[in-house]
Amino acid sequence: MKKRSLVSIDDLSTDEIIKILDMAKKFEKEPTQNLLNGKVVSTLFFEPSTRTRLSFESAVSRLGGKIIGFTDASSSSVTKGETLNDTIRTVNSYCDIIVMRHPIEGSARYASEVADVPVINAGDGANQHPTQTLLDLYSIRKTQGTLDNLSVAMVGDLKYGRTVHSLMMAMARWNTTFHFISPEELGMPPEYKLYLDNLDLTYYEHTDLNEVSGKADIIYMTRVQKERFSDPMEYEKVKNAYVLRRSMLGSCRENMRILHPLPRVNEIHYDVDSDPRAYYFEQALNGVYTRQGILCFLLGASN
Amino acid sequence: MKKGKQLSVSAIRNGTVIDHIPSGNLFKVILILGLDRIDNQITFGTNLESDRLGSKAIIKIADRFFEEEDINRIALVAPEAKLNIIRDYDVVEKHVVTVPKSIKAIAKCFNPKCITNHENVLTRFSVTNSSPVALKCHYCEKITDEEHLTII
Repeated sequence: MKKRSLVSIDDLSTDEIIKILDMAKKFEKEPTQNLLNGKVVSTLFFEPSTRTRLSFESAVSRLGGKIIGFTDASSSSVTKGETLNDTIRTVNSYCDIIVMRHPIEGSARYASEVADVPVINAGDGANQHPTQTLLDLYSIRKTQGTLDNLSVAMVGDLKYGRTVHSLMMAMARWNTTFHFISPEELGMPPEYKLYLDNLDLTYYEHTDLNEVSGKADIIYMTRVQKERFSDPMEYEKVKNAYVLRRSMLGSCRENMRILHPLPRVNEIHYDVDSDPRAYYFEQALNGVYTRQGILCFLLGASN
Repeated sequence: MKKGKQLSVSAIRNGTVIDHIPSGNLFKVILILGLDRIDNQITFGTNLESDRLGSKAIIKIADRFFEEEDINRIALVAPEAKLNIIRDYDVVEKHVVTVPKSIKAIAKCFNPKCITNHENVLTRFSVTNSSPVALKCHYCEKITDEEHLTII
C-alpha cells in the first residue's frame, strides 16, 4: 500500500472524508476493536495539548496499539539542538505511524516527506489541524443527519482561527450557507471569502450574534482573545458581545447544535451547558472515534 | 537594427538578449540566472525608456544560451521579459517567458514561522497568480506576494 499521510484536510477527497466518518461511526458503536494489535504509534508533541493528545492516545489504546513519544519538546532531544529532520528520521524506524504537533508552520508537511511511515498532523502552528476538522464534520453530520445544504454560523475570532478556516473550506464541499459573526477587526480574511465567491456559495457577515441565532443549524463558537486587538479599548467594547448565553437561545432552531473546539474561557456561558443544544463535550468525545477512523484509514485497517 | 536608433547597450555577436525587465528587478534577474558567477561577457543597461514598462532594463550575455526551464525562473520578477537569441548579430529566435505552475528553491517564504525559515528545507511554491505574482508555500500554505518576494 502506498504511504498516505494526513497533513491538510485538502489531502482527502470527499469520498475519503465520508469513508473516515463512516469508520468513526462504527467505532462509536463498538469502540474497542483490536485492529492495531502489534502496531506502534509515535505521538510527538513538540508543544503541549490536552484534548488532541489524550484523544489520540485513547484512540490507539482502544485499538490495541502501543504508544511511544513525548508530551513536550523539553523532554526530547530538541533541547540539545536536534533538527526536526533528524528527530523524524530516527523515530520513523521505531514505529508504524507518527502523530505530530509542532509550533512551526509547514513542519507536518516536511515531516511527511522525510518519514517512510504515515504522518498525522495534530496541529502545525497556525496552519492546519485536519483531525479537528474531521471531528467537527463528524459532529455536524451526526447531529444534523447530513452534511448537505446546512446553515453554519461561525462566531468570534474568524481572522486568526485555524479551525474555522479549515472547517469552512471543508464544509464548502456540501453547499453550506455561512454566517460569519465577529468584531470587524477579527473578520473572515478576504482570501477565504474569495474562495466561497469562486464556488458561488452564499455567506453573510454580521457583528451581532442575536441576528443569526434563528437561522443556523450549527453555531460554531471560538474565543475572542484580548491579545489579538491592537487597541485594548476595542477589546473592552466587544468582549461581551460574543458571549453565548442561554437567554439568547430562545429563537434558535430545535435541531441547532452549539460546537466549540475547546478550551473555552468565557465565550459560552455556563448556563448554556445544560441546554440540549450544547454539544461541545460530546464533540470532544467524537474526537476519539474520528481519530480511530483516521488511524485505521491511514494504516489500511478496516473495521 | 533600425536606422537612426542608437543602442543604449551595444550589440553582441552571439548570445542572448533579455529585454523588458522591470528596472527595479534587474539585479534579481542577474541573481536568479547566476550571471554574477559566469565568465561570459555581459553588458546591461537599466532605467531605459520603455513604452510598456515606463522604465526597463536589458541584459546582453555573449555566447550563452539558456534552457527554457532556466529562463522561466525569471518569470516571477520579469513576467513580460522577451528573449532574443542572437547569431552573427541577427535575431534568429524570439522567446517570451511563461510563469511556471510551481517553483522550487528560488524564492523565500515570507512567513517567519514557516519551516523553510527554520530548517534546511528547499522552498517550494505553487504559483496561484502570475501578475501580480502570488506564491503559495507548499509547506506553511501561506501566500507570498510580490511586495514580500525575496529571491534566495
